[in-house]
Amino acid sequence: MRTIAEELPDHPFFAGLGSDALALVAGCAVNVHARPGEYLFREGESADSFFVIHEGRVALEMRRPTGAAVLDTAEQGEVLGWSWLVPPYRWTFDGRAVEHVRAVRFDGGCLREKCAADPELGYALLQRIVRVMSSRLHSARVRLLDLYGAS
Amino acid sequence: MDVLAGRGYSVIGPVVKDGAIDYGPVSKVSDLPVDWGDEQAPGSYRLRRRDDGMLFGYANGAQSVKPVFFPASEVIWRGLRDDAGTVEPRREEHEVGPYAVLGVRSCDLHALGIHDTVLLGRRFADASYAVRRADAFVVAVSCSDPAGTCFCVSMGTGPRPMAGRGAPFDLAMTEILDAAGHRFLVEAASERGVEVLREVGGRIADDRDRADAASVAESAAGRMGRTMDTAGLKDLLYGSADSPMWDEVATRCLSCSNCTMVCPTCFCTDVQDITDLTGDSVQRERVWDSCFDSQHSYLHGGSVRRTTKARYRQWMTHKLASWIDQFGTSGCVGCGRCIAWCPAGIDITEQAAVLRKEALTHADDRRGAT
Amino acid sequence: MVPRSFAVTRTRQDTRDTATLWLEAVDGAPLAFQPGQFTMLHAYGVGEVPVSISGDPADGGVLQHTIRDVGSVSHALATAESGARLGVRGPFGVGWEVGTARGHDVVIVAGGIGLAPLRPAVLEICADRAAYGEITLLYGARTPAERLFTDELSRWAAERGVAVHVTVDRGDESWRGQVGLVTGLVDRAVFRPALTTVLVCGPEVMMRHTAAAFLDRGVAPSDIRVSMERNMKCGIGLCGHCQLRELFICQDGPVLGYGLVASLLTQAEL
Repeated sequence: MRTIAEELPDHPFFAGLGSDALALVAGCAVNVHARPGEYLFREGESADSFFVIHEGRVALEMRRPTGAAVLDTAEQGEVLGWSWLVPPYRWTFDGRAVEHVRAVRFDGGCLREKCAADPELGYALLQRIVRVMSSRLHSARVRLLDLYGAS
Repeated sequence: MDVLAGRGYSVIGPVVKDGAIDYGPVSKVSDLPVDWGDEQAPGSYRLRRRDDGMLFGYANGAQSVKPVFFPASEVIWRGLRDDAGTVEPRREEHEVGPYAVLGVRSCDLHALGIHDTVLLGRRFADASYAVRRADAFVVAVSCSDPAGTCFCVSMGTGPRPMAGRGAPFDLAMTEILDAAGHRFLVEAASERGVEVLREVGGRIADDRDRADAASVAESAAGRMGRTMDTAGLKDLLYGSADSPMWDEVATRCLSCSNCTMVCPTCFCTDVQDITDLTGDSVQRERVWDSCFDSQHSYLHGGSVRRTTKARYRQWMTHKLASWIDQFGTSGCVGCGRCIAWCPAGIDITEQAAVLRKEALTHADDRRGAT
Repeated sequence: MVPRSFAVTRTRQDTRDTATLWLEAVDGAPLAFQPGQFTMLHAYGVGEVPVSISGDPADGGVLQHTIRDVGSVSHALATAESGARLGVRGPFGVGWEVGTARGHDVVIVAGGIGLAPLRPAVLEICADRAAYGEITLLYGARTPAERLFTDELSRWAAERGVAVHVTVDRGDESWRGQVGLVTGLVDRAVFRPALTTVLVCGPEVMMRHTAAAFLDRGVAPSDIRVSMERNMKCGIGLCGHCQLRELFICQDGPVLGYGLVASLLTQAEL
């Protein structure tokens, strides 16, 4: 069994982050598992987590009277959650494990403190988060075109 | 006309109709536009009276011979629903021709040759065009009085019909009117042309006659109303897709499609499926269409070319550039009809010159010329 | 050109707005076609539209079309019942030319109804599977309910050595697959960029983005083939409607090397 800090460098999100920085952030992390159907977080809850997914798939859902709509998925090799950076730090979606999920959960408050104390680390993390957000925003925008929908 | 009619041809020639030269059935000399000339300018076409007896003393009319072989509307197939409720389409047979077309200008001869390539010389042929074109007897006529809108010399399509350039013809005439009298030099370019010429009779031409005919063509060549610089025109147009010229011309262009209607090389068509109210009789008609039509490029709830700017650009780029990649020649024969018949008086030669000037200016800028 | 009469012998409702028709020529003569080609399909009394052939190229006796109901003609076609007579002209156009990819890895990327014209290509590859390298199918649909050919997708994956990856624009609670753009699946494809042929069919935006994703990964523009679409009236290069600058989509395409169309696709209203 490898420690969290030993496994993080394998994850694409942390590529290029030095071992010192990794050890620093690993201090905010715990391993988590979720069975299929189990919720990792719910809309409106206090969003103090940042998930790094090692195995499995998490669906981002929006509850509706007629059933939930899945608007995004995060898989192995991806990360989930940036609401811990944006006040009022609340989840804007439900996060449900679709397959068995093995992930690392970082405590948001802990990460915010470490970033404030070490701006270089903070900038490196923010650069990576912005890349994720940009990719997800692009995906959402293109899906807004409803290209496969009836014209 | 008598000889051709005697050989079974439906003879079509130029006639004066509705204040313009058009093509219609002709059987006697008085049917032709005797003593008629024309004056053409951007957005302007007028016939003018002559007093010298010239038969072909005009430049051209609203239409080339295009409608003879490629009518504006034609039924392709018809079907009737039988008792079992099924429709079985049957090709429409057109009992027409053979046609003899009299008085085809050199520019229009080149256009006919272009249509032969576009409509007969590719993977799929247009069957109706093939039927009308089959066995057609062509009597071309050299130009003696070009109009202010003409630029066939720039496009290499006139003013004199030349064998091997443009569509094949059977006879080519040059009308000569000078101190020696009013006469026609007629050259045969095919075996049946020779036969018809023998039957018509006349004196064998000598060197003097040939020189007189040549000087008619030379004189006409020197009186072109316009020029078009064709050097590198394809690349110029391909590279000018973002030119502000298109925005400017779009403020004047009405997208009325007159230019495409009078252009002798335009070939776009639409197919219309027409039924009666019961749906028991069905027919498909092929009709002339235009890239200026807003629905021409319709796709999935919208048109690709939504603006007049895009459609004018399509027309001009196709005519002068894409055509070369598609068919090996320019699509423009310099007949000038699009200039005369444009209600806004837009001049394709002028628009091409604007693009060329723009390109030269950019080239100068890049070289850092002061 | 006069249509040949075909009778509908079988129909299948694929999704809410899409149906598949099986057609046989009334005169019995089979219609041989290449994957990627289309016919002009005529509903007598209503009209005619171009539809890609979605059937098995090895089975010329039956013509198969998968039609999406988006207008009056496609509605008449998609709701045609067994026994109905339709007119068929074709097949027309340049297809996927699958055979030129022998020995290569092939990545097939389908968006929405774009899977229909790609199905014959997949079938041709599967019929001679050993002649090709890694075969991957990336498929993006609007929702799980709007996926086409789901049984076949599973069969291709289980029995034919095709790696199938599906994503949807939006899922529901029962959906356990991926949600997002089909370009998000590209990283899952296993292929050797210098020895890969990519076949792409879907909305133009999707094809542009997909081509960009493969260009980024070192696939040459000439090895990426897209199926272009423009307004078609005659289907045989005579009416002029389908032109994309100098290209007649019905004759030079609909399948074209991306290198030929890349610069044309960046111009607005061309």
